[in-house]
Order: sequence, then C-alpha cells, then structure tokens
Amino acid sequence: MVPESWEVIDRNADTHDTFSLRLRPAEGRLDFQPGQFNMLYCFGMGESAISISSNPADPQTVTHTIRRVGTVTNALAQLQPGDTLGVRGPFGTAWPLAEAAGKDVVFVAGGIGLAPLRPAICSVLRDRERYGRVVLLLGARTPADLLFADELENWRTNMEVVVTVDRSAPDWDGHVGVVTNRIPAAKFDPKRTLAMTCGPEIMMRYTVAELRHAGLADEQIHVSMERNMKCAVGFCGHCQYGPEFICKDGPVFRYDRIEPWFNLKEF
Amino acid sequence: METHQLDHFLKDHPFFDGLQPEDLAFIASCGKNVVFHPNDVVCQTGKPADQFYILRDGHVAIEMVLPGQGPLTLQTLGEGDVFGWSWLIPPHIWKFDAHAILQTRAVALDGRCLREKCEEEPRLGFELMKRFSQVMTQRLAAARLQLLDLYGNEPREKPDE
Repeated sequence: MVPESWEVIDRNADTHDTFSLRLRPAEGRLDFQPGQFNMLYCFGMGESAISISSNPADPQTVTHTIRRVGTVTNALAQLQPGDTLGVRGPFGTAWPLAEAAGKDVVFVAGGIGLAPLRPAICSVLRDRERYGRVVLLLGARTPADLLFADELENWRTNMEVVVTVDRSAPDWDGHVGVVTNRIPAAKFDPKRTLAMTCGPEIMMRYTVAELRHAGLADEQIHVSMERNMKCAVGFCGHCQYGPEFICKDGPVFRYDRIEPWFNLKEF
Repeated sequence: METHQLDHFLKDHPFFDGLQPEDLAFIASCGKNVVFHPNDVVCQTGKPADQFYILRDGHVAIEMVLPGQGPLTLQTLGEGDVFGWSWLIPPHIWKFDAHAILQTRAVALDGRCLREKCEEEPRLGFELMKRFSQVMTQRLAAARLQLLDLYGNEPREKPDE
C-alpha cells in the first residue's frame, strides 16, 4: 500500500490532451498482466488510477498513457525525464489471453480505451500463431486524436486494423462514424471468438449489443470498466459496482458477470 | 453477374433475409453490378434518387458541402452496407452527396422499377419499408452517438477529486 518511488525516463505527447510516461520501476522490473493498472501518485497533488499501456514483454520499463482531465493528471503532465513519482501496483484483473488461445480475437477500442488494450494486443501479436483471426476496431474523435498512430500501421501487417473517427478532416480518407458500425463487416467466426472492449461506457454498451447481434454470447465478451478508484484493493468502496469492486474484481470483467448492472442508469 | 447470380447474392445478404423467392427474383431483375473508382460520384444532392446500392466491398463517403469549407464527410459505408433510401421516400431526391473513396463494387437496384412494384404489391412494399426503417433506425442511432462526442467529453479517466 506504500508507494514506491519510480523515475520518469521518457515523456511523449501522444495527442493534444494525452501523453505517455515511460517509467523505471524501483525494483528494476514490474511483472504485470495486460489490463492491469497502477496507482500513480504525484507528490503533493494526489493519486490516480492509470492503466498500464506498455508491452509486458519489456518489464524493465512501464508506460502509462494518460489523458489530462483533472488536478492529478494535469500535474502528471508536467513531469519530465528524471523526475520521480509514487507508484502502487499492479492492481486488478487481466484480459483473458489464455482463454483466447486458438480463437479469433476482436478488440474494440474507443479513444483512450486503446491504452489498456495495447498490452493485450502486443501479447497477441508476440504469439500470433496461437490465435485465429485478430481484429482491432478503433474509434476516435478525430484523426488528430488517434493514439499510437505509427504503431497501428505496424500492427496491420499481422492483424486487421479498422479505424474510424467521429469527425472527419480534409486529409482523412478512412472511415467516419461510430466504431460499432464496423462490427458487422469484421471478419471473425462468432462461434470461436473472444471479444475485448474498452472505451467510454456508452460506447461499450452499443459494442456489446452489436457483438451479441453478430452472434457472440455474453461469456465471449470482456469489458474493462472504469470508476473512481482510491485504495485499489477493495476496502474504501469508491469503485463499488453492484456487488463488485472495479479495482479488485475488475477492471476487466467477463460481461455476463456484470450484465445485471451494465445498463442500469443508477450505476 | 447474371440475374440468377444476383439472386443468390441478394438471398445471402441479411437485408433480404426471409423475403419470398419470387420477391427476391423480382428485386434481382431490377439490379445490376456497378463499379465506382476512387473519387467517382455515387450520388449528388438534389438529383433524382432512382437507385439504391448494396455495397459488396470498397468504401463510400456520404458528405455535405459546407459553404466556404468544402465537403465534410459525415459517415462512411463499406462492405455489406445498404446505401440510399431516398428512392423510396418522396420526393425521391438525394439529400446528400456521396463519392467512392476506394474502388467499390456494388449492386445497384433500380428504384423506379421497385417503386412501381411496391405500389402494385403493398405486401412487398411493406416488407421493404420495414427493412429500410431498420437501416434508418440504425443510422439514426449511430448519428446520435456521434453527436454525443463520446471521446471528447467523457474521459476514460475520471476527473480527479
């Protein structure tokens, strides 16, 4: 529960409001599973739960991709190489990569929801032969808001990558429209597919509906949930979601486990 | 592609799923294969809407020209999508522009031919109206989601306390 002091070794401005911090763990490495998060503590400002976005094959450095939305994340945005911050973690559940072996895999990401999926995508591509068809459907606000744009091109060599934006731009010749529109044309066998989705909750609701319409059962769909997390170990109750604690029982849930609450306005 | 091949293609398309064989055969008789090359105009605002399309592959942009700013793409359609309902709804005029972004193969269906048949056979007309209503509902829902500006206003990381 006590934060360790980690060093910032690199800072990258991904978009106008999103940046990535590459950190050196205090103990030299951090073994984490794709989908997990750390609590990042900006000294004197506070702590925020941030998903790990780096490739788990490189545990010597750990990257967090962060959107500036409040006091702590704006303070984190000021950090430069050589600065230190407090880190607790890793916490939470992981994407079901072992279960996905031998199956088609569909990733559906919206906005910064790509960040928690990136470690899973890197893992799947590292062991590409273990999986069937692999598809990433990615939605963003505008072309300028696309995360990991260079990496997307590399991923295309080993998986299908479909990118769509809500608002076009003069030099954009890709898809325009919500990411869920792209699910019907995606190439996967619904009988042997595992889907993983992360993004704004309303986007995930429509994603789940489209995946079900495409023939996936609730047990084949995994979602990464987001609530305001404080203790990260299921004590404080800030992130309670029905009987679940997002920090401890999630953030990655098999959909059927949270389905009773997923569409309730009160939650 | 011959008419009987079009018949098979349409039969396998979810939009026509469950239609009676004679209806499918008639619809296929109103169809032909078309190819749009990149930048080809598919339809133009204000022009008569006498066709609709089932996209076999490729990529079509639906757009609107903003005065002083040029065309703005509102939505793109691709493989398997149904494009165009203005042929069915008076005054049968296209409301938007569209052009092909990639080479796009499609089945073009003659709206005038189908309109006349729908007037003669309201059962078929109602079937088609139900199916186009579903397409319109899906597009409306998608447009509403786009309006929400999901990624702009609802951050994945909640505002810090």
